[in-house]
Amino acid sequence: MEIVYVYTKKRNEFGRQCNFSDRSAELHVDILPDPSLAVNFIERDPCDVPIQCTQEMSEHEVNTERFESDTRGINHVEGGWPKDVNPHEMEQTIRFRKKVEKDENYISTVMQLGNNMEHCIKQNNAIDIYREYFEEEEVVEESEVQPSAKTINVFRDPNEVKRTASSLSWHPDGSRKLAVAYSSLEFQKVSKDMSLNSYIWDIENPNKPEMTLKPVSPLVCLEYNPKDCHILVGGSYNGQIAYWDTRKGSQPVEMSTIEHSHRDPVYRVIWLQSKTGTDTFSASTDGQVLWWDIRKMSEPTERLILDPNKKGNLDNALGAISLEFETTMPTKFMVGTEQGLVVSCNRKAKTPAEKIVCMYSGHHGPIYALQRNPFFPKNFLTVADWTARIWSEDIKESSIMWTKYHTAYLSDGSWSPVRPSVFFTIKMDGTLDVWDFLFKQNDPTLSVKVCDEALNSLRVQDNGHFLACGSQLGTVTLLEISSGLCTLQKNEKALATAMFERETKREKILEARHREMRLKERSRSEQSKEEDTKEGDGEESPEELITRIEKDFYEIVEAELKKRDKGEEKKAIIELPLESDI
Amino acid sequence: MAEVEETLKRIQTHKGVIGTIVVNAEGIPIRTTLDNSATVQYAGLLHQLTMKARSTVRDIDPQNDLTFLRIRSKKHEIMAAPDKEYMLIVIQNPSEQPQD
Repeated sequence: MEIVYVYTKKRNEFGRQCNFSDRSAELHVDILPDPSLAVNFIERDPCDVPIQCTQEMSEHEVNTERFESDTRGINHVEGGWPKDVNPHEMEQTIRFRKKVEKDENYISTVMQLGNNMEHCIKQNNAIDIYREYFEEEEVVEESEVQPSAKTINVFRDPNEVKRTASSLSWHPDGSRKLAVAYSSLEFQKVSKDMSLNSYIWDIENPNKPEMTLKPVSPLVCLEYNPKDCHILVGGSYNGQIAYWDTRKGSQPVEMSTIEHSHRDPVYRVIWLQSKTGTDTFSASTDGQVLWWDIRKMSEPTERLILDPNKKGNLDNALGAISLEFETTMPTKFMVGTEQGLVVSCNRKAKTPAEKIVCMYSGHHGPIYALQRNPFFPKNFLTVADWTARIWSEDIKESSIMWTKYHTAYLSDGSWSPVRPSVFFTIKMDGTLDVWDFLFKQNDPTLSVKVCDEALNSLRVQDNGHFLACGSQLGTVTLLEISSGLCTLQKNEKALATAMFERETKREKILEARHREMRLKERSRSEQSKEEDTKEGDGEESPEELITRIEKDFYEIVEAELKKRDKGEEKKAIIELPLESDI
Repeated sequence: MAEVEETLKRIQTHKGVIGTIVVNAEGIPIRTTLDNSATVQYAGLLHQLTMKARSTVRDIDPQNDLTFLRIRSKKHEIMAAPDKEYMLIVIQNPSEQPQD
C-alpha cells in the first residue's frame, strides 16, 4: 500500500523559478607549481602526527549557589480549638475538656498509653540505661584510624576585590571567634577599590562576619589580647600599630603616631606578659623591633635595631618578619629575619649591643614562622623557604632536624599545642602538612589539599583540635583534625624528649668535629704558607677564593658528566665538598 | 473515668516525674500538670517531632509504626507515647545513680 500525501501550492505563490542549463567544464584558474617558492620552506622529515581513537568526552563543572541559612525560632501559640470554643473563655475550654475526657476512645487510649509510659518511667528509675557499664573491661585497642583532616567551614572575603588573609587569631576565651587580618602583600598590587577592612568571624556563621575592623591602612597582622578578650592589636601595612576594643566599635581606639612607627609593613605583633596586660611588641622589615604600651601609643616604650654588628645601625639592619615570645620565658624572645637568620635576644639587657644574644643561620629565605615547642621550650621550629627546621637553643650552627626540600614554598607553620611531636606547615600550593616526627620523619603524616590558591597563614586553636588557614584570595578554611593527631599518646613526652636529646647530641658532636677540623686546617696552613693546598683559609682574597671554588665545581661536574656518558646505569650522586673545607 | 484519673495520678507521683500532658490530635492539651505556656510549647513541638519520627519509621518499613519516642537531654528525659487521636507526654528526671 502506498501512502502518499500531496502538498499543493499555487505556482504564482512561489518565488521565481530556476532555469538550469548544461554547460561544459571551464577552467578558471590553473596554478602551476613554482619550485622557487619551495626555498622558503624546509622539508619536515619525519612528521609527527598524533592520532587517537578514543571516545570524545567533555568535562563539566556544576556548583550550586551558596546556600545562606539563618537560624530562627518559632513561637508556639495555643491553637486548634474548634470554632465554637473561645480559647480565652475559661468556662468554654473547661467544658470542652470535660467533654473530651468523657469520650470512650479517650479513656481506653490513655489507659493503654499510661501502661507503656509507666513501664518506661520505672525503667528510668531502676537503672540508668544509657550509662557506660563495663568500661574498664574494654580492651582499648586503638584501631588504626587513618589520620584525617576535615573541612568544617569556609569563610570567604565578602569584598569584590580579594585580598590575602595574612594573619589569624583565635579568641582567647573558648575560641568561638576568629579574627582575620586582610591585606594585599604583593608589591604595588593595591587597587583603589580594595577594602581596608579586617573581620572577626563567628565560626558558626560563615555567611557574614560578626564584626568589622576599620583601620586606616590594611592590617597585616592581628592578635587578640590573651588576658582581655575584647582587645585586639593590629599592625598595618603602613607601619602603624593600632588597637581595637570590640565593645567600642569598628574604629581603632588608638593608633601609633606615624613618625614613631615602623617604616615598613608590620609583620608581626605579639602581646607580652605584664602586670597591666597592655604591653605588646612588633616587628617589621625595616629592621626594628618596637615595644608599645597600648595606653600610650604616641611613642614606643623601647626600640631595638636588628643590626648583626650590634652597632644599632639601621642601614645594616636585618628585616624582621616573625617574632617569637613564650610567656614561660619572659626575658627572651626571638626574631626571624628576611635574610634567613634567627636572632635570639634578651629583653633585660642594658645596652642595645647586649640585647642581641646570638644568631642562628641555616635558612635560605625569609623566616615566616618561628615558634618554640610548647612542651620543650628549648627547641623551636622555623618555617622558611622550602623546608621546616627544628632547632635546639644550644646548637647555633645548624638545625637538629629538618624536613626535605619541598617543591612549593612553605609559608607558615605551628606546633600543635597538645602533642609535643606534631607540627603543621602550609605551602604555597595550597596544601596543609601535618608532621608527626615520632611516627615518620621523612614525610608528613598527613597532607591535605585545602584549596587551589596559595595558603598564607595558619593558626591552631588552643585545644589542638581545630585549625584555621587563610589563603591568598582571602578564604579562611576551618579544619578539624582527627582525634589521633590531637590526643597525647602514652610515652609521647618521653619519646619526644629522647628524640630531641639524641638529635641535639648528634649536632653537638658534628659541631665539635667541624671546629676541630677548622683548627687543624688553620694550624696547617699557618705552617706552610707556600703550599697551594686545596683547603684554603681566610688569607686568600675573596675573588681568588671564588675562582678557585668555581674551578673546583666545574671540574667535579665535568667528571660526573663523563661518568654518566660512559653509560653507567647506576644513578650518580654528586658529592659536594664539605662546607668546612672552604 | 476514674481509672484515667488514677492512672495519670500514678504516673505523676513516680519518682523523678516533672510533668504530664495529654494532648489531642489538634494540639489541644486535655490534661496537664504544667503551666500553660510550657504545655503549649511541649504540645506543639512534640507533636511535630512525633509526626516526623512516625513518618520516618513508616518510610523505612510501611508495616512498621512508631510506638514510643524518648528524648534524653542533659537535664531530663521527654517521653512521648503517640496514638491516633491522643498523645501522652511525660517529662522525667532520670536518676543517674549507678545501681549495682
